[in-house]
Amino acid sequence: MLRYTFSRLQSLILSLVVASIVIFATVEIVPGDPASFMLGMNAQPDTIAALREQLGLDVPLWQRYLHWATGLLGGDFGTSYTYRTAIAEMIAERLWISLPLAIYALTLSTLIAFPAGILAATRRGSAADVSVMGFTQLGVAIPNFWFAMLMVLVFAINLRWFSAGGFPGWENPLLAMKALTLPAVALALPQASILARVMRSALLDTLSEDYVRTARAKGLTRRQTLWRHALRNALIPVLTIIGLQFSFLMAGAIIIENVFFLPGLGRLVFQAISQRDLIVVESVVMLLVFAVIIVNFAVDIAYAIVDPRLRGNR
Amino acid sequence: MSLLSISNLNLSIRQKPILRNVSLTVDAGQIVGIIGESGSGKSMTAYCVTQLLPEGLEPSGDIRFNGRDILQTSEADMCAIRGAEISMVFQEPMTALNPVHTIGQQVAETILIHEPETSKTAALERARDALNRVELHEDRFPLSRYPHEMSGGQRQRVVIAMAIALRPKLLIADEPTTALDVTTQAEILSLLTRLVREDGMGLMIITHDLAVVADMADHIHIMQKGQIVEHGPADRLFQTMQHPYSKALLAASSHVPEREQPQGETPLLEVRNVLRDYPLLRTKLFAKPESFRAVNDVSFTIRKGESLGLVGESGCGKSTLTRAILGLEEIQGGEILLSGEPVFTGKKPNRAVRRKMQVVFQDPYGSFNPRHRVDRLVTEPFHLLDSAPSDREDRIAEALRSVGLTPDDAFKYPHEFSGGQRQRIAIARALIIKPELIILDEAVSALDVSIRAQILDLLAELSETHGLTYLFISHDLSVVRSITDRVLVMQHGKIVEQGETQSVFDNPTDIYTQTLIAAAPRLPEDLRNF
Repeated sequence: MLRYTFSRLQSLILSLVVASIVIFATVEIVPGDPASFMLGMNAQPDTIAALREQLGLDVPLWQRYLHWATGLLGGDFGTSYTYRTAIAEMIAERLWISLPLAIYALTLSTLIAFPAGILAATRRGSAADVSVMGFTQLGVAIPNFWFAMLMVLVFAINLRWFSAGGFPGWENPLLAMKALTLPAVALALPQASILARVMRSALLDTLSEDYVRTARAKGLTRRQTLWRHALRNALIPVLTIIGLQFSFLMAGAIIIENVFFLPGLGRLVFQAISQRDLIVVESVVMLLVFAVIIVNFAVDIAYAIVDPRLRGNR
Repeated sequence: MSLLSISNLNLSIRQKPILRNVSLTVDAGQIVGIIGESGSGKSMTAYCVTQLLPEGLEPSGDIRFNGRDILQTSEADMCAIRGAEISMVFQEPMTALNPVHTIGQQVAETILIHEPETSKTAALERARDALNRVELHEDRFPLSRYPHEMSGGQRQRVVIAMAIALRPKLLIADEPTTALDVTTQAEILSLLTRLVREDGMGLMIITHDLAVVADMADHIHIMQKGQIVEHGPADRLFQTMQHPYSKALLAASSHVPEREQPQGETPLLEVRNVLRDYPLLRTKLFAKPESFRAVNDVSFTIRKGESLGLVGESGCGKSTLTRAILGLEEIQGGEILLSGEPVFTGKKPNRAVRRKMQVVFQDPYGSFNPRHRVDRLVTEPFHLLDSAPSDREDRIAEALRSVGLTPDDAFKYPHEFSGGQRQRIAIARALIIKPELIILDEAVSALDVSIRAQILDLLAELSETHGLTYLFISHDLSVVRSITDRVLVMQHGKIVEQGETQSVFDNPTDIYTQTLIAAAPRLPEDLRNF
């Protein structure tokens, strides 16, 4: 297990290094010179040169990369071209919304999907199964921003249980959670639908395995067989989906953030791209890549906890 | 009173009778063999006794276990009986254990389920005892082992340990050794016999192989189409057999197809000093992975028109060798020549040579794309020709006819055929481009004995009419003995013995060959040439 973790850790670090080089290369090299971007078409060459020096763009590429990468390691993402503030601060502020929102949505999605998937699989063909399959079909089909607007109409405008958008900050955690509830539900619905379907089919597969029959022959009841033998074996595909969904929730909540006026990471990237604030884009993308890689690492470790065959040599 | 008595058991699935008036008894300490081909209802009989039938099936009749009416027992009470008083061992040891639990946990679970007051440590101790009884000892098989760290035979021992942990009165073993190698099979059978004798348990052993139970069972029942057609004490049954089906079954088990001796000395396939290495999993990020030598310095020749057998247990390298001969993989040393030409040239199979040989695999279910029609399936080898033949329809008809099917079968899908018929289609597919060599990789291993006898006859006949040469790969010694002229015995990637089939079987010189032949189950000697 230790060896497995170590080998996963090795590939995690390697992926991070490769990703940082690729991101640095695409953003810094491809679109040309950020300094001339910032100063516009008619800038004087010596003004551009001065800005280049100020931004540290006049040193060789590899030095800039090293400077940037070591800065990242120390939590220094550089300074935004547009706002002239530390990017680390901007990101931290946004992260305090995006990360809790992603965790909130994922928790909801798991809490809905597990019971629904298990119910559908154990009572295959029953009314419960048919309705779970029907609802999840609907959940996959409905666009989440439309569902979000519908919820705003019902719960914010008509019932007035929630506010229609905005974020009050974390001074009062209860209020903050309340503000994140509708967005989290909107994000969780399609995710839960997919997850429930994956759970159901994975469980149906494991329930027809030989070792389930062995367990029944040992004297376990159907319920015991499900909890002790089938469920854990069905978790591998479910974990894969959860990992993918979490990465998606971190980066892909942009539409929902817009519907609810949440100042999250997605909106930050969106604004940065439209203002050509490349260093912000670079940093946020790097952060998201980092998140994806960390989540994949966590999923890999979870696989090994669930399935001893993946632990390799002992 | 018998331990288990089944009388007039009937079962239907959608009005189709599966079991018809099945009656049998098992006494304490008695070994009862139930023999039949697939679909004869033998496994269903076992599932009726444990009430583990697929949902919605209601058997009628009477099953008494220890005086108790099983068919009237509630599911909750059945859970208390299963594993404690009636235990089961199944066919597939590779998948019968939960891969995510240790063997200790799984054996202890039987105890904890039935005696919930037992402490976890006490249950694990008793699990240890049960594993010791099936000869999996502490030093090599600690309780913390996971199933994937063990071989098929060892896993089957764990399944048996689970089944006998609470010393049940009745053990039902459903094809317990069918998936195992001959030497492992012999060990498992003697283990089961020993446990029966020690515990005075009743054992109901279900198998398709007469030879497996012939010298083990006390009483044998022969089933056909849901009915018991004949039964009697094992030591007399073979002499007194009356029913035509039992006789046919016995004849098929020891069937030897009529074949002519091959003529000529022209070598067709030459395998010279072949090496095949597999890279192992990378253990260090940048180091070159180590490799495993699956085929180690193997040399042999097949003469034109000859039938050569290749026997060995699982993992001995025979499948790897097959792939190398077919040119599917590159070899790391030596050469393989067909009619003097290499099968693998310039990093890819040599098409000119490749079209002279075809292969028939074991699994008549898995080796066809279920969505293709038979005509498309059998014409697949045409891609080895430079241009598709113009007489496609005639060729299909001819190939199907030569394997005993009709040209109309070309328009059907594989699921419309039985296992034996599918194997005929596979042979038709091999024949269609008129190859010289056909490699039969466990081609009859998955078939029932009577079907197997028919396929063996067909192969013998085709070899004469089409001048075919066979490489017959199998773990089943009796089949190899009946259809090959010469035989190679393979162990750990090496050929340990080769020679005329008859003389190798009669006077094996290598120790491994001797073990293999001694382990193979056989019918009583006087019936061999029935």
